[in-house]
Amino acid sequence: MTSKQLLQRTTPYMFLFPALAVILVAMLFPVVYGLGLSFFDWALRDIRVAPVFRGLGNYVELFKSEYFYTNIRVTLIFTLTVTVSEIVVGLILALLLEQKMAGLRIFRTIFVLPIMVAPVVVGVVWRYLYDPSFGMINYFLSVLGIEARMWLSEPQLALPSIIVADIWQWTPFVFLLLLAALQGVPKDLMEAGMIDGTNYLQNLRHIKLPVIQPIIIVTAALRLIDAFRSLVVVYIMTFGGPGKSTELLSMAVYKTAFISQRLGLASAIAVILLLIIFLITMFVFFTSRGESRR
Amino acid sequence: MAAVTWKGWKVLKYVLVIVLAVISLFPIYIMITASLKTRAQVFTIPPIWFFNPRIENYLAVLSTLNFFRFFMNSVIIGLSSTILSIGFGAMAAYALARFRFMGHRVVLTSTLFLRMIAPVVLVIPTFILWTKLGIMNTRYSVILSYIALNLPFCIWVLRTFIVDIPISIEESALIDGCGEFTIFSRIIIPLIMPGLSVAAIFTFRIAWNEFPLALVLTNRYTRTLPVAVSLFMSTTGIDWSKITAIATIIAIPAFIFTFVAAKNVIMGLTAGAVKG
Repeated sequence: MTSKQLLQRTTPYMFLFPALAVILVAMLFPVVYGLGLSFFDWALRDIRVAPVFRGLGNYVELFKSEYFYTNIRVTLIFTLTVTVSEIVVGLILALLLEQKMAGLRIFRTIFVLPIMVAPVVVGVVWRYLYDPSFGMINYFLSVLGIEARMWLSEPQLALPSIIVADIWQWTPFVFLLLLAALQGVPKDLMEAGMIDGTNYLQNLRHIKLPVIQPIIIVTAALRLIDAFRSLVVVYIMTFGGPGKSTELLSMAVYKTAFISQRLGLASAIAVILLLIIFLITMFVFFTSRGESRR
Repeated sequence: MAAVTWKGWKVLKYVLVIVLAVISLFPIYIMITASLKTRAQVFTIPPIWFFNPRIENYLAVLSTLNFFRFFMNSVIIGLSSTILSIGFGAMAAYALARFRFMGHRVVLTSTLFLRMIAPVVLVIPTFILWTKLGIMNTRYSVILSYIALNLPFCIWVLRTFIVDIPISIEESALIDGCGEFTIFSRIIIPLIMPGLSVAAIFTFRIAWNEFPLALVLTNRYTRTLPVAVSLFMSTTGIDWSKITAIATIIAIPAFIFTFVAAKNVIMGLTAGAVKG
C-alpha cells in the first residue's frame, strides 16, 4: 500500500475523530459509568471514598419501595396525558388551518416562540400565572366568580397545572410538524379523491390520515421521549411537591442523588429511565423502517 | 348559500388563529410587563394593564446579583459549544456523507440513538467523572458536555445537507488536484450555510437554555443564567419583578430566533422529525 492510499483510507476517520472523541468522553463513557454505578452504594459526601458493591441491591430496593411506584405512576400520567392532548389538539388545528390563508405565516412565527423559550423561563412564567395571590389565573377566575385555588400546592391540582404548562409549550411543535406533513400530501391524491365524489371525512380517513400516519407516529414518539425525560419545568414550579404528587422519574433521579445523596440508587433510577426511552426509540425506529420498506 | 357558509368559515378561521396567537403570547407578555412594573405594581390585584414601563428591575438585577458574570458565562458557554458542535459536526457529517468506511453504518445509526440521551441521565456520572478529573466547576466541563449533547443532532442534520450537494462539484475539484480538506473547507462549508445556521440555532438554544447539567457542574463563579434564576427564586422568596426581569433576559435569544429566523427554526424542527 502506498502512502497515498493509506492517507485515503484514514481520511474519513480523521474527519470523524473530533466528534467521536467528544461523544466517547462526555456521553458514552458517562452512560456506561452510570450503568456501573447503579450496582454500587455511594454517598455523595463520601465521593472521595471507594463505593461499596451492592449487586442488584439498588434495583431490589426500588421495586420494593412505594415511592418508586408513585414516581412511575406520576410519570406515566404526565407523559401520556401531554402526548395524547398535544397530538389531538395539534392535529385538529393543523387540519383546520391546512389551507393557505393570508397571514398564516405570522401566526406560524408566533407559534414558534413557546418552543424556543427556555424550560426555566416556562417554569417561571407559569409559576407566576398560578401564583395564588398575584397570579393571572386566579384573577381571571375571580372575574368569572370562581374562587381562588392554590394551584401548585394542592396535591390534586399540581400535576394537572404542570400538564397545562407543557401543553401550552409543546402543542405548537406538534401543530407545525403535522401542518408541514399535511401540506406535503400529494395534490393529485387529494384531487383523485374529489373526483370520486368522496366527502371531507372520507377523504380524511382514507387518504390524508394514512399518508401522514408515519409522521404522526414519529411526532408522538418525540413528545413521549421528551416528556419522559422532562425535569426543568417541574423543578422550577413545584420541585416534585406537594408530597410526591409531581415527582417525575427525572425529578426522583435528581432528588435521590443530591438531596438524599445516594448516587448509586439515583443511577439505578436513571438507568430505568434511559431503558424506557431506549425501548420507545427502538419501537419507532423499527416500525418506521417497516413503513418505508412497504 | 354555499358561498356564504364558506365566507363564514373563513372568518371563523381567522378568529381561531387570533385566539391561538393570544394564548401563545399571553404568558410571555405577562412576564415582560411584570418585569417593567414597580414592585408595588406587580403585587396589585386587579392587575394594572397600563403603566409607565420602568427599567429599574433590570438595573437592580444587573447590579446586585453578580448578574453580569452569569450572563457572560452563558454567552461564552453558548457560543463556544455552538461553534465547536457545528465544526466537529460538519466534519463528521462530511465523512458519513462522502466516504464508505468500516463502521459507517454503526456510526450513522448511533447518531440517531444518541439523540435520546437526556441531560438528567448524564448528571450523576458526569458529576463524579469531572470531579475525579479535576475539571468540575469550570466552563470547559460544561462546554464539553454540551458539545456531546448537540453533536448527534448536528451530524445528522448537516449530513442531509451534504448528501444533497451534487457530487460532480467535488469530483471536478479532485481532478484539479484539491485534497479532501480543501474540498471540505472551500466547497462543502459554503454550500451548507443554511444547514449550519439551522444547526447553530438549535445548538445555541440547548446550550443557552440547559439547566440540569449546569446546575450540578457549575459553582458561583461559572454559573449560567438558568441556574442563577432558579437559585434566586429559592433564596429570596419570590420577588416577581426581579425574577421576571432575569427570565426575560434569558428569553432574548428565543425572541431573536423566533422573529428573525422562524423559517430556519421550522426547517430544523421538521427536519428533526420528518426525516428522523
